[in-house]
Amino acid sequence: MANRLMFEKPLGMRDTLPFFYNQKRKAREALSNAIESWGYQFLDTPMLEYLETVGEASAIDETQLFKLLDQQGHTLVLRPDMTAPIARVAASQLKEQGFPVRLAYDGPVFRAQQIEGGKPAQFEQVGVEYIGENSIYADAEVIALQVQTLKEAGLDHFQLTVGHIGYVKGLLKEIFGDDQETSELFLRFLYRKNYVGFRKALQDTDISKEDQDRLKQLLSLRGEEDVLSTAKNITKNGACHEAIHELQQLHEILESYGVTEYVSYDLNLISHMSYYSGILFEGYAPELGSLLCNGGRYDQLLPSFQTEASATGFAVRLDRLVEAVNQQNAENNRTLILFDDRSFQKALKEAKDLRGEGSRVVLQHRNNIEEKALQNEEFTKLIDLSEGGADHE
Amino acid sequence: MNDWLTIAMPKGRIFDEAAQLLKKIGYDFTDVEESRKLILEFPEYKMRLMLAKPMDVVTYVEYGAADCGIAGKDVLLEQDRDVYEVLDLEISPCYLAVAGLPDKPLSKIAPKIATKYPRVASEYFREQGEQIEIIPLNGSIELAPLIGLTDRIVDIVSSGRTLRENGLVEYEKIADITSRFIVNPVSYRIKSQVIDPIITDLSQEI
Repeated sequence: MANRLMFEKPLGMRDTLPFFYNQKRKAREALSNAIESWGYQFLDTPMLEYLETVGEASAIDETQLFKLLDQQGHTLVLRPDMTAPIARVAASQLKEQGFPVRLAYDGPVFRAQQIEGGKPAQFEQVGVEYIGENSIYADAEVIALQVQTLKEAGLDHFQLTVGHIGYVKGLLKEIFGDDQETSELFLRFLYRKNYVGFRKALQDTDISKEDQDRLKQLLSLRGEEDVLSTAKNITKNGACHEAIHELQQLHEILESYGVTEYVSYDLNLISHMSYYSGILFEGYAPELGSLLCNGGRYDQLLPSFQTEASATGFAVRLDRLVEAVNQQNAENNRTLILFDDRSFQKALKEAKDLRGEGSRVVLQHRNNIEEKALQNEEFTKLIDLSEGGADHE
Repeated sequence: MNDWLTIAMPKGRIFDEAAQLLKKIGYDFTDVEESRKLILEFPEYKMRLMLAKPMDVVTYVEYGAADCGIAGKDVLLEQDRDVYEVLDLEISPCYLAVAGLPDKPLSKIAPKIATKYPRVASEYFREQGEQIEIIPLNGSIELAPLIGLTDRIVDIVSSGRTLRENGLVEYEKIADITSRFIVNPVSYRIKSQVIDPIITDLSQEI
């Protein structure tokens, strides 16, 4: 193999340079302060865990795990998420305290990239786990806190989409009965976002026209709160009605929290094939092409650490949050004013005004800045008052 | 907040058919391919078109560079990207097939397959219980069996003419291919008010 060049890093690994480091630190602090003010307690767990415990309990696919061997030959993994390690801690060391416990974390997680770059293989997550309470108030608290944290971090435009795995599974069970293989097939189409495949597979089943229509309708059950009653009307199934009832209760509580403007509902939201067991949600910002945050109820994880306890939580991708906040929040932007000897007075006045409005302004003599620094994209606005400049009068 | 919709469109053959379909629902992009511009803006629709290689449309949509796009099922099968496949537009129909010289059995030891679709080909032969080796090629795949480079090819077949004229026969069909309307997972939620009506209108024209 060719020798590595000095600047090379493993696929998906990135440096955090001072500018971005600073922004990340601020975002992390904003999130942590909000989380702490709701009484959650921060903890940390090791970066390395055993494959057979945390590695296998994690929601992340094994192909995405970084693995290594310790000196005794055990397979270790770099933690791919924080939920599984925290479930391990809650199931072993915190059990004696009595449930519920409200825990929080911030730290790097690792997910190997196999095909291409464009996605980091190590990134920081900030999140909470609310362990040992199976009530709608717990689900609502986590969602309301999610909204609160994002707002505190300076994000103005975002959307949380809430679903319920119980509804989808209930509807599939009602229609396909004990034929779990077929239910699983349709669940997988939803998970893979393949609606074309979903509809084609429907034509190949021997279920009634009415049932086919109901499943097709599932694909469009998304929108504001009123979609919940539409969803309720297409089934008489107890499990589905229970799920809808939970979502309606959730909506009422979120109204009290005053966060419903950020929330929409989507009954075909499947974030993971098997991990979630109740209400689940995903968060999006218009500036990002991929998920900002996600969360939900996962009642099967703690039992895999031999503890009967239900849990819910969320995780925010810190790098993506910073990216979205930067684009939404002009306060993070810097304006560059270029002057020459003649226009200094005017430039100074302009800078004062802009600074007074809360902008960050760099005042720079035109002759003393290198062309390269001028191209620096950290400057979001350029006012050139020097002779020949765009804003020169 | 940008309320424009960015659509990634495949250049070439599929573009014309897709543009005809979009014209039916009120968006006329039929005469844009004359220009060599890669990004075209349509303020009247609040839409921006990105003209990309068919193989790249799905990539732009997955990363959110485009909100939605039109892509062949062959590309979706090969690349397995995280996008919503919401509609079968039923345009540009063709299929993926295994072909080769007539009456030539697969070699017993490490049969070789030439293809632009390594992932689809490996999956297919694995399901058939065959372990094969892939020779990736970018075009004129039919050459490979003719000169004895590989046992078979896996490629798109539309009329079958290229195969016939080169003395090749089709062995098995792998999958039917048409173009699909795909949507970025975030845009699907954040821009649902713009995207949903397009999906509804399109589905009525198919």
